[in-house]
Amino acid sequence: MANQLPVKVVAVEESVWSGEAEMLVARTTEGEIGVLPGHSPLLGLLKEPSQVRVKLAGGEQLTYDVSGGFLSIDADGVTVLAESATPATPETH
Amino acid sequence: MAGQVQALRRRIRTVRSTKKIAKAQELVATSRIAKAQERVAASKPYSEAITQVLTALASNATIDNPLLVPRERVRRAGVLLITSDRGLAGAYNANAIRTAEQLISRLKADGKEAVLYVVGRKGVGYYKFRNRPIEASWTGFSERPSFSDAKAIGDALLEAFVAGADDTEATYGPDGIQGVDELHIVSTQFKSLMTQSAEAHFLAPMQVEEREVEPGLRPAYEFEPDADELLDALLPKYLNTRIYAALLDSAASESASRRRAMKSASDNADDLLKRYTREMNSARQAAITQEISEIVGGANALAAAGSDV
Repeated sequence: MANQLPVKVVAVEESVWSGEAEMLVARTTEGEIGVLPGHSPLLGLLKEPSQVRVKLAGGEQLTYDVSGGFLSIDADGVTVLAESATPATPETH
Repeated sequence: MAGQVQALRRRIRTVRSTKKIAKAQELVATSRIAKAQERVAASKPYSEAITQVLTALASNATIDNPLLVPRERVRRAGVLLITSDRGLAGAYNANAIRTAEQLISRLKADGKEAVLYVVGRKGVGYYKFRNRPIEASWTGFSERPSFSDAKAIGDALLEAFVAGADDTEATYGPDGIQGVDELHIVSTQFKSLMTQSAEAHFLAPMQVEEREVEPGLRPAYEFEPDADELLDALLPKYLNTRIYAALLDSAASESASRRRAMKSASDNADDLLKRYTREMNSARQAAITQEISEIVGGANALAAAGSDV
């Protein structure tokens, strides 16, 4: 689907989450970035520590606390690579 | 005669309990292999992705990161040796240590001084016993390494490697720390349940493989921050990933090696049990036969004595 964004959240010890999303929001060292389907290729270093928000189609949102992470966007979607990524509680953002 | 039967019975008891221990170890190791392999598989997505990202970066960044440039003069070489914490794993540790020793003597032949970094109590014990200096050691996680263990090792190695950049012939450079100029890793690769082989690999400086890609096909990445800074941030992560992968592979190999050693130990125990049981039975029979002949002999003697009177 053209308006869906394939997202992978990968930690060193395991693959945390993967699936289709509407949008991904992350904070790189340069500033906050929102990724929509069809974004141009980008490599970014995530701020330390930071949160990554994955907005799903139904309006749901997944939030991960990420440390030692970076972000890679290419034609196949977004990959968030992190030394550790844990689901954050909804109240913390 | 009765004493011999007793001794054999005691021996059978010993062998039986040894067999129980070996069997239990074998079962534990078998389940650990599966777990270790799962963890190797779970770590694959990350290492594949970071390799892909670094490949993209390397073609865009200027390659002057200290982790990528070979030093002109290599005086000291760091060797990271991965062994297990516990024994009873067959030739696992012996093989790893032998591979490390071969590497060290090769380094010495090249005029380099080897600096040892050791993971696992068995390796530490080996070098402590021989009074050989160990620069740093980590123990207590050989069977189930976590990424934070790999990170601790990676950070220490990286620090030594960076500190080695400014060392000169006579002094330790402006930072006053004696570092290393290259890094090697000796770990055991899990090939299959039956084969694991200890191998030495180059860890740093890393070699960049310039892959030929048609210019139009390579995605034109944007970088945040710029490519050089990203590379500086990602290379240490990559180093840690490499160490983590080696730790996981070695953990799987350790369990596989232990399983095999314990299997042959319990098979041996079975053979011993069979042999001792046969020996014991024939000893018991011999004792009975002797007793009977003694009784018969005694009765005959009595009968002969009675008829004489």
